[in-house]
Amino acid sequence: MRIVDHPILGKLAQDRTVTITVDGRALEAIRGETILATLLAHGIRKCRTTEKHHEPRWFFCGIGRCTDCVMTVDGVPNVRTCVTMVRQGMVVETQTGLGEDGGGES
Amino acid sequence: MTKSFSTTGIAAQGELRGSPGYPTEARMQKGAVAVIECLQEIPCDPCEAACPVGAITVGQPITNLPVLDESKCTGCGLCLAACPGQAIFLVDLASTDGEAIVAFPYEFLPLPTKGTPVEAVNREGAVVTSGWVVRVLNPRKYDRTAVVYVAVPREHAHEVRSIKRERFQQGAG
Amino acid sequence: MTRFQVLVVGAGPAGLAAAIEAATAGATVMVIDENSAPGGQLFKQIHKFFGSSAHYAGIRGLDIGRKMLDEAQSCGVEIWLDSTVWGLFPDNHVAVIRDECSMLIEAEKVILAAGAYENALSFPGWTLPGVITAGSLQTMMNVQRVLPAKRMLMVGAGNIGLIVSYQAMQAGMDVLAVIEARDRIGGYAVHAAKIRRYGVPILTSHTISEAHGAERVESATLVHLDDRFLPIEHTERRIDVDMICLAVGLTPMAELAWMAGCQFAYVPEAGGHVPIHDENMETTVPGLYVAGDITGIEEANTAIDEGRLAGIAAAEALGYCSQDEASGRKALVCERLDELRLGEVNRTRRTVQRILQAQSSGVQQELSDVSPQRGRSQIG
Repeated sequence: MRIVDHPILGKLAQDRTVTITVDGRALEAIRGETILATLLAHGIRKCRTTEKHHEPRWFFCGIGRCTDCVMTVDGVPNVRTCVTMVRQGMVVETQTGLGEDGGGES
Repeated sequence: MTKSFSTTGIAAQGELRGSPGYPTEARMQKGAVAVIECLQEIPCDPCEAACPVGAITVGQPITNLPVLDESKCTGCGLCLAACPGQAIFLVDLASTDGEAIVAFPYEFLPLPTKGTPVEAVNREGAVVTSGWVVRVLNPRKYDRTAVVYVAVPREHAHEVRSIKRERFQQGAG
Repeated sequence: MTRFQVLVVGAGPAGLAAAIEAATAGATVMVIDENSAPGGQLFKQIHKFFGSSAHYAGIRGLDIGRKMLDEAQSCGVEIWLDSTVWGLFPDNHVAVIRDECSMLIEAEKVILAAGAYENALSFPGWTLPGVITAGSLQTMMNVQRVLPAKRMLMVGAGNIGLIVSYQAMQAGMDVLAVIEARDRIGGYAVHAAKIRRYGVPILTSHTISEAHGAERVESATLVHLDDRFLPIEHTERRIDVDMICLAVGLTPMAELAWMAGCQFAYVPEAGGHVPIHDENMETTVPGLYVAGDITGIEEANTAIDEGRLAGIAAAEALGYCSQDEASGRKALVCERLDELRLGEVNRTRRTVQRILQAQSSGVQQELSDVSPQRGRSQIG
């Protein structure tokens, strides 16, 4: 959920928004936030499932180092959602395993 | 002497009363005075700079425990907001109606409002008594550390160091 | 090829401080950071800093960050964001990826201020959604302004564990407990006091033995430890949480220094392998300096001062500052660093500094033994 008011940080400005889709669902996102932040704002607790055992994964380091939070974004797999900003019309999908190559030769 | 404080974060009464930042009972009875519960030598001295009347001394090295000159302290409360460790309080035992006033730094929402009843807690967060909010100060110069003054039964003045925190309900995302 | 006099890797407190000093002295300075915003960890630090009131104490970390950024920009420091330094080659050739292109930048002096990364702790169930690092929660709450969960267990009672627990409550979470394997809290007593006041138990001599849940964290099992850190039988108990934060230490992010061939020392109290540096923050590779957590884990205010030292030293080596002037300014910074490392709480930090100095003298002795003309005087 969003922290709409905070004793030190003050009120959250929510006026500049974009819409992204996550697994087909349209979600409101705030301009300048990361994909992961949008997921957290909407209570989504999974980014992908693992290749071998199909276990759910979410996020861990939150700063772009561990790659736990990767999802397929606009057809491109393995995008670190904790360091990637949202854009209007972005298409985000829960990734299965290593993901499908989004385009070009494999 | 500071074993309890530095291993658990909770100061024993003996540790407090023996520290140079703790005023005497007699001074508390004269009116609001700063009560400094800073018992561990860490490099830190904003309290000294914050006091407008020079009642707090840290000096050199800056790991010195702050020393309170209770005769100079006017109980203004500026040091409560300035202390990064939120280790300074005000205690006022001057009232004759059985109530004491305790002030503490508070950085949560919702901020309590004047006149409302509260559950007052001790250093371990246990509710020890109920009280009511006398005043809440949150001027710009406190840089978002509000100072809350509560009135509690006098016998709890040395225990009460905050109020029970209300779970802040965030708006829907 | 782009050429700068001073190239700083990392736009956190150490990097910005180094850049400000070097640019103020007159050098052309570039700071490169892989993140999309500068400031390193500073903008997550919403609490008031400790230290000397003559120097940033009492000011919130995020406000210090803002000041430093403004100062760097007004000194003419160029800052590249979203740019990853992936290699450091001989003669200070720095390889950078920016806008999906790789390029080489040449610099006369390079200052590595890449910081540190958080340690992990593994236990059954640690891969469940909901197990994250303390810094990760701090980023989500204080930068992204989102709450990932409601009921949290904090593992680790050092300053980070205690501070982030407090910040979690400010953001609206419940902190059910802080656990610590040692028999005492590792952080400042006042940080502990300010969460105990709100009823957060700090369980020393405890660890987590398992995280439970189907698709995400639903509970955790805690166990009491004996004085050899071994679990005591039948002391397990379960608490209901939907988030477990790990605050179990930091490790210097020193890969670029390895790559460049710096000599290292292994100092566990500093966080592990750290590049050896002299009193000018210069490593064993001439013209390559280090500052901040990459030299050993401390805090933001020591990072700022180490950055200043490196910046002044680099400017001096480039001829922008006379030896007398530089030595005066460095002495002031060193005094402050010594002050920040005072007190029983900081005894380990002082030990680390002594170990590093001994290592550095040892290296210098070796160098002059091997080839007497080549000592530390041959710089830049």
